[in-house]
Amino acid sequence: MPFDYAPAPESRSIVDIESNYGLFIGGSFTEPTSGEFFKTINPATEEVLSEVAEAGQADVDAAVAAARRAYDKTWSKMSGKDRAKYIFRIARLIQERSRELAVLETLDNGKPIRESRDVDLPLVAAHFFYHAGWADKLEFAGYGPDPKSLGVAAQVIPWNFPLLMLAWKVAPALACGNTVVLKPAETTPLTALAFADICQQAGLPPGVVNIITGAGETGRMLVEHPDVDKVAFTGSTEVGKAIQRAVAGTKKKLTLELGGKAANIVFDDAPIDQAIEGIVNGIYFNQGHVCCAGSRLLLQESIADEALASLKRRLTTLRLGDPLDKNTDIGAINSSMQLSKIEELTAAGEAEGAERWSPTCPIPDKGFWFPPTLFTNVTQAHRIAREEIFGPVLSVLTFRTPEEAVAKANNTPFGLSAGIWTEKGSRTLWMANQMRAGIVWANTFNRFDPASPFGGFKESGFGREGGVQGLGAYLNVEDPS
Amino acid sequence: MTPVGRGTTSQAPARPHTTDRDTLIADQTSITNQESDAAVDNSKLTSLLHGLPGVDQVGLEGRAATLATRSIKKDSKIWAIDTAISMVDLTTLEGMDTDGKVRSLCAKALHPDPTDPTCPAVAAVCVYGDLVATTRACVADRIHVAAVATAFPSGRASMEVKLMDTKQAVADGADEIDMVIDRGAFLAGNYAKVFEEIVAVKEACGDAHLKVILETGELKTYDNVRRASWLAMHAGADFIKTSTGKVSPAATLPVTLLMLEAVRDFADQTGTRIGVKAAGGIKTSKDAIRYLVMVNETVGEGWLNPDMFRFGASSLLNDLLMQRQRMRDGHYSGPDYVTID
Amino acid sequence: MSRVDVRKTHKLFIGGAFPRSESGRTYEVTDSKEQFLANMALASRKDARDAVLAARSAVAKWSAATAYNRGQVLYRIAEVMEGRREQFISEVSDSEGVSSRKAGAHVDAAIDRWVWYAGWADKYAQVIGNTNPVAGPFFNFSVPEPTGVVAAVAPQDASILGLVSVVAPIIVTGNAVIVMPSSSRPIPAITLAECLATSDVPAGVVNILTGAPAEVMPWLAEHADVNALDLTGIVDEGVATDLQRSAAGTVKRVRGAAPHANWQATPSLSRMRAFVEVKTVWHPMGV
Repeated sequence: MPFDYAPAPESRSIVDIESNYGLFIGGSFTEPTSGEFFKTINPATEEVLSEVAEAGQADVDAAVAAARRAYDKTWSKMSGKDRAKYIFRIARLIQERSRELAVLETLDNGKPIRESRDVDLPLVAAHFFYHAGWADKLEFAGYGPDPKSLGVAAQVIPWNFPLLMLAWKVAPALACGNTVVLKPAETTPLTALAFADICQQAGLPPGVVNIITGAGETGRMLVEHPDVDKVAFTGSTEVGKAIQRAVAGTKKKLTLELGGKAANIVFDDAPIDQAIEGIVNGIYFNQGHVCCAGSRLLLQESIADEALASLKRRLTTLRLGDPLDKNTDIGAINSSMQLSKIEELTAAGEAEGAERWSPTCPIPDKGFWFPPTLFTNVTQAHRIAREEIFGPVLSVLTFRTPEEAVAKANNTPFGLSAGIWTEKGSRTLWMANQMRAGIVWANTFNRFDPASPFGGFKESGFGREGGVQGLGAYLNVEDPS
Repeated sequence: MTPVGRGTTSQAPARPHTTDRDTLIADQTSITNQESDAAVDNSKLTSLLHGLPGVDQVGLEGRAATLATRSIKKDSKIWAIDTAISMVDLTTLEGMDTDGKVRSLCAKALHPDPTDPTCPAVAAVCVYGDLVATTRACVADRIHVAAVATAFPSGRASMEVKLMDTKQAVADGADEIDMVIDRGAFLAGNYAKVFEEIVAVKEACGDAHLKVILETGELKTYDNVRRASWLAMHAGADFIKTSTGKVSPAATLPVTLLMLEAVRDFADQTGTRIGVKAAGGIKTSKDAIRYLVMVNETVGEGWLNPDMFRFGASSLLNDLLMQRQRMRDGHYSGPDYVTID
Repeated sequence: MSRVDVRKTHKLFIGGAFPRSESGRTYEVTDSKEQFLANMALASRKDARDAVLAARSAVAKWSAATAYNRGQVLYRIAEVMEGRREQFISEVSDSEGVSSRKAGAHVDAAIDRWVWYAGWADKYAQVIGNTNPVAGPFFNFSVPEPTGVVAAVAPQDASILGLVSVVAPIIVTGNAVIVMPSSSRPIPAITLAECLATSDVPAGVVNILTGAPAEVMPWLAEHADVNALDLTGIVDEGVATDLQRSAAGTVKRVRGAAPHANWQATPSLSRMRAFVEVKTVWHPMGV
């Protein structure tokens, strides 16, 4: 190959990682009462990055108490105008430290630096900037003349977009006047802990944001804590259901953002080159670790062969490797556990009779990797067409008519997102109208904006994040009776 | 000089055709009328061109922008700079051009960096038709001589004038002709006229190879650029070229990406490989390297040579030379260390 | 011997630059005790003509900027103003004859007003625009778009707070503005211009003409390339009526005089609504 790209690594030296981190409670870092720590590793190399605290019940209690104190004494008494200014400061600090945070995100999560630099971090800053502006304008948002906050919000977030998921939770909560206790995922705690530092730099009153690290148990203790007014969860459908059961009978408000198995529908008149990009972006962006990933490709049968040939050709130019290399397209799978799940489901796909294909892809020795993969001859009855794989694996099905595309797309307990590729505007709108999905992308995919509400139908969850609709999750909008 | 462009791919023949329009593409002569081979049927040509897949502007520009984030360093950067230099059509197209100016440009073209004999020569010198003789006398057979023709840049002249323009340049020694399409005819939907002009100019070229300038800045929409690309390729272009450089915007990454996709698809369907030239507005090495990345990831290494890809540029060369010196010497260079041409 | 200070020359702000009036005229501005403060440029109709050209050439790009971008630019203005807080306080105190503490409250309110409007940039379309459930298989949506070039008169009192309250809603919605600040208290407006020039505000989005509204505004009211008027700071009812009459010649949108509004109060949406046009689009939904 005459034009082999030489390694182009982003420098790690911009970020300082401590050897260990405590819990961020009441504005400062403290040791966990249990004295327990666990390791977080770089999934691309398996090196240990740091040790973080395992929060036990006493720590969860302390964090919720700190959030309650801050709410009662400071944050609920503060004008929206002043809350706005703190959140604006956070947004600007994130912009200033974007490169550092992007490198940290890539090290801890395994996603390519190009994504954390060009997608994750700009969206993180934008979410804080957008929501800052709502803090003193809630009377205009359609929730009544003086909408009130809920109180203390317990927030549990996943590992696929660690800092961005934190922004989606913390920004609206704060803007609406709540205080938060947030638990990042156990494999990706580091950017949340860096965010704690940013809260300190912003002069945010102590206890308004608390970050406690831990695994599933810590999350359970947090959402079940009796002094929490609001629970927000993004993660697997299974855990979401458990949380919904746990808060049943309590007064806690709940929003859930769970899994998906989105259909990406390509019609015969699609702008085909851009559709191929959209397919690739839909399932291979972020290694497919995306709840709204376009994991089911529905090709109109009349163009299926051509489209598949173009898609395969395009996949041969994807670069898998060192996430810190600026030219990497596909990074590491976040954990060995996730890798096992992906391997299990792809094996099931082969066993069920679907035809598997991957481009030739050199895999590094250490770390967790999975090549971009597609399955053809998939039908609705296959496991790989129904279950969320959460990896870079695409299931390809065909359809004959728009109605059939609609039926297949909607034939799932999930309902998070859908993609439609056609040059015909009326069909775009008609299809969008038919989709049982909370987000519909037409002639594009995986586009996010703080002004655009995000959330699912059916078992993909309920509640919206972003936009005017997203504020409702953090305001007391029930009737007084 | 070996003619360039219009190579035949050594790979498998075109894929099986499944639609009416593919039949039209496969059999070029069916575009013409039954009665006369020379006259082209405009309505058939229209169906063919309007049946091509549409282009989503936002998606195309997004793809070009992502490709532009590729970071090309060290050995790959050195290779890219040298390759880019070897792909330059060093150009002067001004009313005030003289023999003296042309001689100076030719010397630069042959030895871009007087301090470094390892620096490759450029691909061609590109001039107005009446300066071809001087140019050929300077460069002999060492590099190509490209002439702009057909009432460049506007293309607003009679067919007779355009063909005479072409023939004289070829007779004086041009082995490459850069023609302009009739944008007025194209925008008025008279595709047959545009087609026939290209066929006629190609014939007037004799052995010279033909680059067809689409003037994408006047075609305005990406759909038009796709259609014009296919029209030009069917009509016999050896290269399709973005711009005259006299209209802004000239070459851009998205428009060139689109043209690369067109040549890729044309090669798949017909087995014939057409070259692409990006001209106008490409000033820095960084820009040039971005174009090479796009070529690499769209049509592949088969196009990463001067026979299949060119840069129409003037000031780009000095920036490439300064970057080359930087890679060689380890520090930033300056304008005093490259020659004016 | 105390230090001899370097005194500022106060000029107009047009197209991102600080020219003197083409007429060469100036007028004296005094403080509340009739002491000389400075000579201000006295804008002429030709300055107004140049300002309209600058505003028009700025509107296309400014209105095409993303809402997020406009919001960040306005926030940046607040950041830069905050850095010059002491200067503003001293100028407001001198111009208006109020204590430093009172001037401080005004200046703080002006900075906070930029922050308030910055936060509207990516939201007003969600509140002023909407989809419309028409009776038929059509997708129908309404979007607010900027009206274009606005000529405005800022309040005569409230030298900085009134000025910001008039300018911010006009530009956050994507318009460009030619504003005449208070003629008796114009100095803070020039300091504001310096903030704008250093805050990533594109040249021509805000143009500041110091002088006499009664002289210059009639030219702007009749100017065919001005889309709207904001007569907030006009005190004389007769003058306001005449300007409204002139505006009718090109069917300009006019926001009426409100010279003594309570500038400390939280604004409503009306100043943003006044300078947007609502466009409604229909598109069939069908397979």
